[in-house]
Amino acid sequence: MPKSKSAYSTPSIKQKSDTYIFVVWVDNEAGVLARVVGLFSGRGYNIESLAVAEVDAVKNISRITIVTTGTPQVIDQIRLQLTKLVPVHKVGEFKRDDKDVIFKEMALFKIVGKKNKIEKCLNACKKFNPVVLDETKSSAVIQITALRREIDKMSKKLKPLGLISTSRTGAVAMTRGAKIFN
Amino acid sequence: MPKLLTGAEIVFKCLEDQKVNHIFGYPGGAVLPIYDELKNHPSIKHILVRHEQGAGHAAEGYARSTGKPGVVLVTSGPGATNVVTALTDAYMDSVPMVCISGQVPTHLIGTDAFQECDTTGITRPCTKHNWLVKDINELSDVMHEAFKVATTGRPGPVLIDIPKDIQFAKAKYKKPKKDKKLNGKSHNKFSANEIDQLINLINKAKKPIIYSGGGVINSGPKASEALRKFVELTGFPITSTLQGLGAYPGDDNQFLGMLGMHGTYEANNAMHDCDLLINIGARFDDRITGKIDDFSPNSKKVHIDIDPSSINKIIKVDLAIVGDVTKVIDKVNRTIVKNGNGKSNKPNIAKWWEQIQKWRNKNSLNFINSEDSIKPQHAVQRLYELTKNKDTYVTTEVGQHQMWAAQHYKFNKPNRWMTSGGLGTMGYGLPAAVGVQVAHPEKLVIDIAGEASVLMTMQEMSTAVQYNLPIKIFILNNQYMGMVRQWQELLHEKNYSESYSEALPDFMKMADAYGCLGIKADDPSELDEKIQEMVDYNGPVIFDCHVDPNENCFPMIPSGKPHNQMILGPNDQEENKIKGKGKALV
Repeated sequence: MPKSKSAYSTPSIKQKSDTYIFVVWVDNEAGVLARVVGLFSGRGYNIESLAVAEVDAVKNISRITIVTTGTPQVIDQIRLQLTKLVPVHKVGEFKRDDKDVIFKEMALFKIVGKKNKIEKCLNACKKFNPVVLDETKSSAVIQITALRREIDKMSKKLKPLGLISTSRTGAVAMTRGAKIFN
Repeated sequence: MPKLLTGAEIVFKCLEDQKVNHIFGYPGGAVLPIYDELKNHPSIKHILVRHEQGAGHAAEGYARSTGKPGVVLVTSGPGATNVVTALTDAYMDSVPMVCISGQVPTHLIGTDAFQECDTTGITRPCTKHNWLVKDINELSDVMHEAFKVATTGRPGPVLIDIPKDIQFAKAKYKKPKKDKKLNGKSHNKFSANEIDQLINLINKAKKPIIYSGGGVINSGPKASEALRKFVELTGFPITSTLQGLGAYPGDDNQFLGMLGMHGTYEANNAMHDCDLLINIGARFDDRITGKIDDFSPNSKKVHIDIDPSSINKIIKVDLAIVGDVTKVIDKVNRTIVKNGNGKSNKPNIAKWWEQIQKWRNKNSLNFINSEDSIKPQHAVQRLYELTKNKDTYVTTEVGQHQMWAAQHYKFNKPNRWMTSGGLGTMGYGLPAAVGVQVAHPEKLVIDIAGEASVLMTMQEMSTAVQYNLPIKIFILNNQYMGMVRQWQELLHEKNYSESYSEALPDFMKMADAYGCLGIKADDPSELDEKIQEMVDYNGPVIFDCHVDPNENCFPMIPSGKPHNQMILGPNDQEENKIKGKGKALV
């Protein structure tokens, strides 16, 4: 493609995109999630996964964890734009390969099949703290917690063993050690 | 036991405590309780518009010319959707505005009730914040918070959606809280170190330029004073964005004129060649920067802005100072004076001024005048000459006339120039003039308009007539959507697709129908006399100025070109052609 000649094209020096996790503390009020998500869609930012729940019922604070990709400039903008929203209290941001931060996702697998197949599934999941939440003669629901790519791998692996339905959460994050996000 | 007030009463209590004198609105079913209460509050005057978009733009004009937030009152459903354009316009241009909308009663929300719409959903991306008040006990706090959000930090519009049952419900009124807890949304914590770095850059600069924007206006009249002092102390050349005009005197020798797509040759070349660029309250908009890759390639860049998200959004800068322009520039000025001891780097930049003079000699705003037809640039120049001794307020619509007004009308004071820059809303100028005139009843208020734009909100002439607001609508009538026609001429092989206005109304008869004065001019020799007639007339005027329909707005930075490759006017020898892919991306 020839180099764009436009006065309003984007810079030709493209920066590298990286995956980041944003942790956003917000007032748990009507429409707050729409504000955050609307900011992402309105400005063309990407959302890979999203997890949100109230974490402090007294102060009425929810914690939103968003996995996104972008160039350093875009990531900066996301943080600054999020900080501008009125119900947002603070914003934390981490690179996905940050060793000081734990990221986890949870998945529920429904397996339909004979006992031995389900056993095989459980075995395969051994590394990811499998919990059997429901069991019948011909089915089981297994819960695991792991990283996104590990869950991706597991769901591929379990397909031939009778996996018929997967439900998974977005990533949540927590720093290691005694430190907190401030 | 304190007295319980209805929601409608609380709304007015809040407006009174926020020192609101005027609201622009249009009644409807879902705001009737508030309208019913209006009669009990003589300190608040309601201006009845003819369309809710007009209310929004009038509030913008009011806000931009006074620095106070503009207040809008509309009903649910279509009332709210009609005001969306004005909200977006205010959001793009950082205009403080508080919009109160009625909503269907809470028990009907979500049922597709008559005149129901998801107002907070629709206006979420075009306001700084909005609220749906479902509990009467929250109403006073929300109202006060709304004014705070609209006016602090980078100003902008907010919306409060009040269901009809809440307007009837009763609660205690709460006064605004005194404490200034800003929830971290207002930033004014720049450091002395940052100021020192800036001073250091100023001292070293050989080819500096100051590029100021609407942030200076928003920071208040003191910011303009500080800016003038700063320019005087440094001896630096200064250019301004469209929104920043008036912060620095337009007729001063250190002022290079507006920069950007239709900016002057000297301003754009100075931006391109400078070694120090000081951005004060502007945002590197794409109409300013042109091609990003080639934007001011050899300069150290400094950005002073109250909004941290403006920093490094478009252009990476070397030094960012986040803070209120007045405070930052005051501090810089004091530091320069303190360090000064008569030392100055003015000799350092003497060469730079020589170069700027060479660019100036191109006289890029020049045009070929005519004795047969009125040239639009000439009309604006004559308008300026005949009104410059009055404290004139100018609004515009959007298009060629807007750029000619920006180029040829020189502003000497802030808050005198109201135009839709970010959103580029045709139809902004007439209602904005209504708002400006409401705020400044004794001043001369002119809307420099195009005939296509002004037809979009023409109905507000009724408002002007009703309140005897003597606004002057100065229409540069070229029978085309001029800027569209210009681009079609330059970029689309003169295929004037749908840009010619057939069946234009007779503006003289229109003036007659509205009950205002109509003046028509098509002969250059009569222009002055007729403009004078307009200025002298004590009442609203529609001035139909027939101008040369084929005139283009120059200079222009075409697509595919950086700042230093502009198309100059018809006198320019080097015809720059725009071809290929650039066209699609302008």
